[in-house]
Amino acid sequence: MILLFDPISLITPDIGYTFWTLLAFVIFWIIAGKYAVKPIVSSIEARNQKIEDELLSAQKARQEFEQLKLQNDDLLKSAREERQVMLLEAKKDADSFRSAEMAKSKEDATRLLEQAKSEIENQKRAAINEVKKELGTISIGIAEKLVREKLTDSASQQSLVTKLVNESLSSN
Amino acid sequence: MINRLIFSFLFSVIFSFFASASSEAPNASSSDDTAAQAKPSSHSEANTRVTSHDVHSKTFDPVGLIMHHIADANEFHVLGHTSMPLPVIIYNRDKKNWFTTMSSAFHAHHGEGTVDVHGYKMEQSRIHPLDGSQIIDFSITKNVFGMLLGLILLLIVFFLVSRAYSNRENEVPKGFQSLMEPLIQFVAHDIAKENIGKNYLKFVPFLVCIFFFILMNNLLGLIPIFPGSANISGNISFTFALGFLAFIMINVFAKKDYWGHIFVMPGVPKALLLILTPIEVMGIFIKPIALMLRLFGNITGGHIAILSIASMVFILGNVGKSIGGSIGGGVIAIPLLIFVNAMELFVAFLQAYVFTLLTSIFIGIAQEEHAHADHH
Repeated sequence: MILLFDPISLITPDIGYTFWTLLAFVIFWIIAGKYAVKPIVSSIEARNQKIEDELLSAQKARQEFEQLKLQNDDLLKSAREERQVMLLEAKKDADSFRSAEMAKSKEDATRLLEQAKSEIENQKRAAINEVKKELGTISIGIAEKLVREKLTDSASQQSLVTKLVNESLSSN
Repeated sequence: MINRLIFSFLFSVIFSFFASASSEAPNASSSDDTAAQAKPSSHSEANTRVTSHDVHSKTFDPVGLIMHHIADANEFHVLGHTSMPLPVIIYNRDKKNWFTTMSSAFHAHHGEGTVDVHGYKMEQSRIHPLDGSQIIDFSITKNVFGMLLGLILLLIVFFLVSRAYSNRENEVPKGFQSLMEPLIQFVAHDIAKENIGKNYLKFVPFLVCIFFFILMNNLLGLIPIFPGSANISGNISFTFALGFLAFIMINVFAKKDYWGHIFVMPGVPKALLLILTPIEVMGIFIKPIALMLRLFGNITGGHIAILSIASMVFILGNVGKSIGGSIGGGVIAIPLLIFVNAMELFVAFLQAYVFTLLTSIFIGIAQEEHAHADHH
């Protein structure tokens, strides 16, 4: 078979096509390289940098928040403990105050009672003495009336009566 | 899964039926530009070259078809008889003059064939001088047209994306921007920064541009219909140009240590340097040449594989003479084609990545500064 093409021409660079390729590529390189590739690459880089920065700052913020939360928890815990302590103290204070008050009032009551008792005793004793005195007077009157006829000497009579009354009082 | 298999089977059958039916039609066979090219005339009349289109004696020439597709052309075949006329710009080195016209000028006004214009003829969709003088073809060829289309698309894409960045500063990428960002970020960060080191920012525009330039042209080549389909990046001139730029980027900005390692490798006996230095000097050129050949081979290979598999329909169908054969061919070829196309889609990304990666590795080597040079 006769080859209708020249096989050597297939692997021989052709000046015209080489020229056009160079021209087309260099045009593309100059225009796209300067006005597209460079800005695109730099904006991708800038965006990547921004994303990285933002991720880092987010991480930092989260750490800070975590720390804050921890501090908060600590604060809360100590506050709670303090409250517990305060409550206990207050209770203790209240208890001691109440018991003191109660003791005091009890004491007061006893004291008053004692006072009342001794008053009553005194009053009673005075009353009894009065009654005894009255009784003696009445008895003397009766006895005087009884013995008037028999006894002339009233003085001896009187001493006898007093002696008798005293005897009866001391025996009482 | 079963449904898909049935669907792809039916699709293959229908496709191959239409393919064979259309190539069977007497007009269609010659209407197919590539089929017509498969058997050009050996005889030329005074002014008009007529490509033979004898239907019955026609045989299918897959090598011609494939090579015609792989090669560049001065016109862009769209469909059937229709070709997009492209500007022809030729510098004649012997006559030292310029010649410009449109490729449509080479087409005969009536019927088939081409005509000669100003001492130039069109053969295999390429312009050749009649007198055999040396010319340089600066024409906007099929590949150049595809590449310029790719350039416009790339500029639009980059304009939109960079606008999205300035409009929505520091916001989450949206829409097309979010498709491009990982790619740009990948090239800038995982390819350039990883391999070049601290000076990487200077090379990022070049590497990003070369990645997307190769990728866009690879992808355009994979589109099987008009604006695509040109084998833009699978052309040695294309890869040569990019390899040349890589060579410049590697060596122009190279640090002192790089040259030191090439000419006087530290810690190596003087006698060994006689062998080592020439190898290292060759290495300067071999690196970009390897880049050039790798991209060329991979993309061209992909195009050849796809076209070979598609040719199976026509070979087995005996150019429309056997419907059964072409259906059989279609059933085998279409799933394979889908598979290879998917592979090529992957290769389009992979080769753009490999070219960029290796370029940045080489730049990285040239940028390296050794604190202790005698450590090696």
